[in-house]
Amino acid sequence: MAEKTLAGKTVEVTEEGYLVNPEDWSQEIAADLAKENGIELTDKHYEVLEYLRKESAAGSALSIRKVGKSGITDIKGLYQLFPGGPLKYSSKFAGIPKPASCV
Amino acid sequence: MTEVKETPLKKVMIIVAKASIEDVYAGLIMANGAVMEGIEAKLFFTFFGLDAITKKQMNKLHTGVVGNPGMRMPGGLPFPTLLGVIPGVEAGVSAMMKKQMDDLDVPPVDEFLDMIAAGGGEVYACKMAADMFKLTMDDFSEHVKAIITVGDLYAMSGGEGSQIIFT
Repeated sequence: MAEKTLAGKTVEVTEEGYLVNPEDWSQEIAADLAKENGIELTDKHYEVLEYLRKESAAGSALSIRKVGKSGITDIKGLYQLFPGGPLKYSSKFAGIPKPASCV
Repeated sequence: MTEVKETPLKKVMIIVAKASIEDVYAGLIMANGAVMEGIEAKLFFTFFGLDAITKKQMNKLHTGVVGNPGMRMPGGLPFPTLLGVIPGVEAGVSAMMKKQMDDLDVPPVDEFLDMIAAGGGEVYACKMAADMFKLTMDDFSEHVKAIITVGDLYAMSGGEGSQIIFT
């Protein structure tokens, strides 16, 4: 485990940079994490992040298929929002654990 | 001292040559997993693997229940080969496999191809096999970019960090 300062707050992160405690999350922390990947978060991004946080808190297994059926965006849109990692980056910015899904 | 330099995987070419559920899904899952990780993926379907991109067949794939030593009854007992020859058994087992995959959010083949294409993955059909089975672009999924030769396949397989995977 490591510590990292995001949006002026020191939080615990995993080796891969995922928040250890989802409750540390804020929109500002998400924006800081996204910046590291060169992504500027928009309202659409936040909609996806809030959806992932809600599903993760409910204990659902996440997949891009599920996000694609959420009504927020389709799978193509998800790739455009989070290039190179539609599920792993969105989960990272959402402050939830790295998804253990193959789809 | 030799310096060890790690080259990250940048591109995978995945070849699918068989039509059983497990052979086709192995290729689809690997291709989709690649694009989800930001790795370029190209799928090349050949021989019986063409069923997976043939509109009429793609959602009717079966798994072999005869001569398949990995096949078990629910509960774990071996699945007798003789049972597999009874009409309807293979269809039943195949339907069950699809149901179990759907529970894990693994989509049917047509939707899986949509997902891979949405991520920028490319799908190709083998020219020789298409000629042999008398299939044309009209028979194939809209996601099939072209019918190509093995030479074309190798031509697009170059570059550092590229791998060809035969499932």
